[in-house]
This record gives sequence, C-alpha cells and structure tokens, in this order.
Amino acid sequence: MVLVKQVPDTKRVTGKAMNDDGTVNRAALPAIFNPEDLNALETALDIKDRFGGTVTVITMGLPAAVVTLKDALYRGADEVILVTDARCAASDTLATSYILSCAVKRIKYDIVLCGRQAIDGDTAQVGPQLAEKLGIPQITYVEKPVEIEGRTITAQRNIGNGWQKVNAQLPVLLTVTGEANVPRVAAAKKMMKYKAAMTPAGVEQKIKAENPHASADEVKEMAVQKCGEMDKKGLLIEQWNLDLLKADLTWCGRSGSPTKVHRIQSVVLASKETKSIEPTDEGLAGMIHELLEDKIIA
Amino acid sequence: MIDVNRQGEVWVFAEQHGGLLEDTPIELMSKGRHLADILGVGLGAMLLGDNVKGLAKKLIQYGADKVYLAEHPLLEHYQTNSYTKIIYDLIHKYKPQIVIYGATAVGRDLGPRIASVTKAGLTADCTDLQIGDHKTTDGQMHKNLLFQIRPAFGGNIIATIINYDRWPQMATVREGVMVMATPDTARKGQVITEKVQLSPQELPIEILEEHTRAKKVDLKAARIIVAGGAGLGSKDNFRLIWDLANCLGGAPAATRAAIDLGFIDHDHQVGQTGTTVRPSLYIAVGISGAIQHQAGMSQSQKIVAINNDPQAPIFDVAHYKIVGDLNEVVPKMIKAIKEKGFKEAIGEGK
Repeated sequence: MVLVKQVPDTKRVTGKAMNDDGTVNRAALPAIFNPEDLNALETALDIKDRFGGTVTVITMGLPAAVVTLKDALYRGADEVILVTDARCAASDTLATSYILSCAVKRIKYDIVLCGRQAIDGDTAQVGPQLAEKLGIPQITYVEKPVEIEGRTITAQRNIGNGWQKVNAQLPVLLTVTGEANVPRVAAAKKMMKYKAAMTPAGVEQKIKAENPHASADEVKEMAVQKCGEMDKKGLLIEQWNLDLLKADLTWCGRSGSPTKVHRIQSVVLASKETKSIEPTDEGLAGMIHELLEDKIIA
Repeated sequence: MIDVNRQGEVWVFAEQHGGLLEDTPIELMSKGRHLADILGVGLGAMLLGDNVKGLAKKLIQYGADKVYLAEHPLLEHYQTNSYTKIIYDLIHKYKPQIVIYGATAVGRDLGPRIASVTKAGLTADCTDLQIGDHKTTDGQMHKNLLFQIRPAFGGNIIATIINYDRWPQMATVREGVMVMATPDTARKGQVITEKVQLSPQELPIEILEEHTRAKKVDLKAARIIVAGGAGLGSKDNFRLIWDLANCLGGAPAATRAAIDLGFIDHDHQVGQTGTTVRPSLYIAVGISGAIQHQAGMSQSQKIVAINNDPQAPIFDVAHYKIVGDLNEVVPKMIKAIKEKGFKEAIGEGK
C-alpha cells in the first residue's frame, strides 16, 4: 500500500508564488508526483518483484490528482484509489492522516509506504501520524531497499549523522527517502493500457461534454453503462469520499485540524544597506580595512 | 489533547544520545526560557533515557525550572513507541501549554506520533517561535499564543501557524536557528523523577546495527565562513574557497548545487537542507542566492557577495556587493588580506 500526493513543483516556481491577496498562486506551480513518493512506490514495486504481493496506491486530493494515480499505474501499480471530497479541504497533517487511515483500514495490508515528506509542506508528519492512527510501528527515513523474511522486515534508516539497521514484524509503515532507490520510469505498454483510465466522476464529466443536450438522467444512465464497460477492462479508477470511508467529520478538514494559519508572507528579502565595492585592489583593501575596523575579522 | 490552560509550562524535549545532550535541545532551552518568561510560567525539560540523571544539572543551568526525568533500561535507545508512551503520560499529567522538539531525525520521528496520539497540533521545522495574539474571522480574540514560524512551499513563503483550540501547542524547531545562551552555573531547579513502566511490547523495533559519525566540520561554530557555489565551475577551482578560508582562519562551505557537483563534501552544506549558520562574516563566492540557500545564511552579521551577475539575488542580502569575475576578485582579496597582516595563516590546513 503506497500513499502518494500530487504537489505543486515548488522547485520550479514560474512567476510569482503568491497572489496579491496572499494565497498561493497554483498556476505558477506545475503539479507533479511528489518526488519521494516515487521512491516509496519504487520500494513497493521492488518488494513485489522480489517477495511477491500486490501494490495499491492511494492519493487524497482534488479530482485532478487522478493524473498522479495514472502515472503510478504506468510505473507498475496494481490498483489505484482516489480519495476526494470537498470536505477534505483545509486539512492539516493530523486531519489528513485521519482521513488516510480510514481509507487504509478498508484494505488488507502488510506494509504501508509513504515518501519521507512532500515538497510543498516539507513536514514529514503524515507518515508517523498515520502509523499511530493505524496502531502499527513506523520505520522512518528508509534509505536502502528492504529485506523481508517471513513476517520480519529489515530496513536501513538514515538517522541524520549516520544510519541504523532495524527489524520489525509486519504490519509496519515505512517512510522512504530520495536516496533509497532510482524510481523506474513508466512502461510504454502500461501507458497504452491505462491511458484511458478514469474515475466514475471523470466518466460522467466526459459524457456530459460529449452530449450537451442529454438530460441529467440520460447522462447518468450512459455513465453507469460506460463505467461498467471500463471496469471490465480494468480502466475504472476507484473514487472514495468521506461518506464511503465512514469518516467522523469532526476529525476532517478545518474542524479536524488543530493548526491554523495566522499569517502568510511572501519571502521579502531584508533589504539591508548594501555597499558596492569595486573589484580592484584598492576597493577590496578598503573593504578589508572596514571589516577589521568593525572587528568582524581579527 | 488537553484543554487550553494559561498556567501550563513551556516544555522542551531534551534529546540525548548515549548520555550526551545534543546542541539542539540546549538551543531550545534558551528559546523556551524566553517564551516562558513572556508568559510568566515555568520552563520544563523532558529528559528520557537510562542513567541520564546527570544531565539534569546542565538543563537547569541552561534555563530549566523543572526537569521531568524518566529513566528505564528500555529507554536507553530512542524508540518511537516507548518514548511516545512516556511523553503522552507526562503531557496528560502536567498539561504544559507548549512543547517543543528539535527538528532532528528523532524529533521529526517522535513529534508527529505524539501529535497524533494527543490529537494536538504540531508545526514542523520552525525557524522562529514568538508569542502573539490572534483574532479569528468571527472576531474571537486569542491572546498569548505560540506563533510557529516556518518557511513553506520550498522556501517561497513564510507561514505563521497557531493552534488555539487543541493544546498543547507543539512545534519542531530547526537545528542551529536558535541562539544558545551561556549557562548559569548558579541556577537552581527541581528534578522530578517519574515512575516508568514499560514492557518489551512497547519496543516493536529491534535495532540491529547503528553507525554514526562525527561531522567533519562544525560550521555552526565557525566565526568566518567562505562559501562557494556552482559559479566556481570545477572542483579544482573550488580551491579558491579553501585558500580564502585559510587566510582568514575561516571554514569553507558550499551551496547544495556545488555539493551536488562534487566540489566539496556534504558536511559543508549551508542552506535549508544543510546547516543554518550565523557567523560574523559570510563570504559568498559564485553563489546566485536561491531562497533555500539564503534561509541558511541570511542571519550572518556581515555578508560579502562576489558574483559576475549584478542582478544575482544574493546581493539583496549582502552588505558588500562585489560585481566581478571571482577568479580575479578572490586572489585580489587574498592579497589585500595578506597585506593587512594575515601572512601567518597562509598555507595552513591544505
């Protein structure tokens, strides 16, 4: 079971990161597969290749995150699930981990994998919080491929100033770092196969667009039929909402989030007094003299 | 989760390894002391381990009023579940209003687990903590909250996070961003020894091997840092950084880009994913000044920047701006320093 996230590409900000009203300008930030989630997916696929099992990928996000799930299918995931619901909006890490735990509990699993952290928040909190909610041990910062023997998993984790090799009994949650592996690329065959994959909501939207004069009931009927066909071909992506998850809404979204935003500021660089120094012997000697005078260098 | 309580103490998790305190909890003690003084409450330190009582004195010297001591052979090595259980019990027993952890490998593994089990908020990787008031959109006023300040979106924005309804207010704080106070050997404090009950079931992880290494350089302790970026062009040319650092008695450092290019070892990295430094003098050579790099050095007392691009963002934070070819400027600078009487340091440490 791999949990992934579609994130704005914070490393490639094109234009202004912030709107004038202080909200994040998502248009300036192309959406990508969170990099370390790809390492988590690769760890799962590697486990499947060497020890067997199936790989299910879950993401929570906007309907557009289906792109990330299709990418996971192209790379070798067996099943993908989209958790999407307007009531998930404004969830902090605690509410997110609660919602994800409701989804994970619906499926039989031995290993839950997450990327170490997402590049939009860099918090690295959802993994450990999810492990706590599932009541299973966590092995964070896994930096090498893992070994499994019977029900025992062995993993090497980064502990900042070195590494640690640990054992645990399944089930367990792992968070995986970018050093753990090189994620495999999409397979052309799988791309051909899953290119048309869609969620039921996506199917309905497409039918609506193609039949602008059809009534709501007609659209629904066509959608049900189409979904049935796609499901037979393995192209229907499961979509779950909070009702289906039987989630307690007090722990979701804004009400489930103890952390709130007080203020967001664009990074404004402290404009200090900057002195221009000529790149000449005299200019540099003058600067060194000043630094000595100010006792900055001694 | 505990209720909002204004008398609750400020707590710091006193991370120790092998009976030694790291720098980070000491830095946090200084910040915690400051916050506790503003709120008019006590500062507590949570000290967990086996046979670590001796560290309590040091924590008191650095500002603790109380040290909550939990000793047990099974607490010798950090483990998520056992430490979470002890801290969960402590929080529910004493109801601190603020709990802060270092954003170390341990703090970032432990903090979220505690946040989840206590159903409280946690803000990761803060670069500053303040006390302030917050007015909600419906006009409610919440006074004296912990402002948890951190960069977000890859450093492009600074967010101030608060939690006013579910306490304790918790944060992990980046290593090296808080200034360490000088210890007061005359300070008095109280050590509160907790009864610890743990069974092996609370240690589901078996640690097979552990390898740690001391950092080759301690950039945090350096008074002068000379840092090079991708602009140096090659590992050979990075020699200029070593030469300039040597003649100033400073430490060589680099941006992530320069490290990715293999110019110098990872231990020398300054920036959001490296070390945060605040030396007296920071000389940035061939560094454009990405926000991620600035996050680790903009608090330096004086910043000298050398770059051939007059528009480089590094100049926005620099006190001395030198536009020119670093291959000419750096040797000239070394010459100027030598002429000012630094000859004795030349050639050392190569």
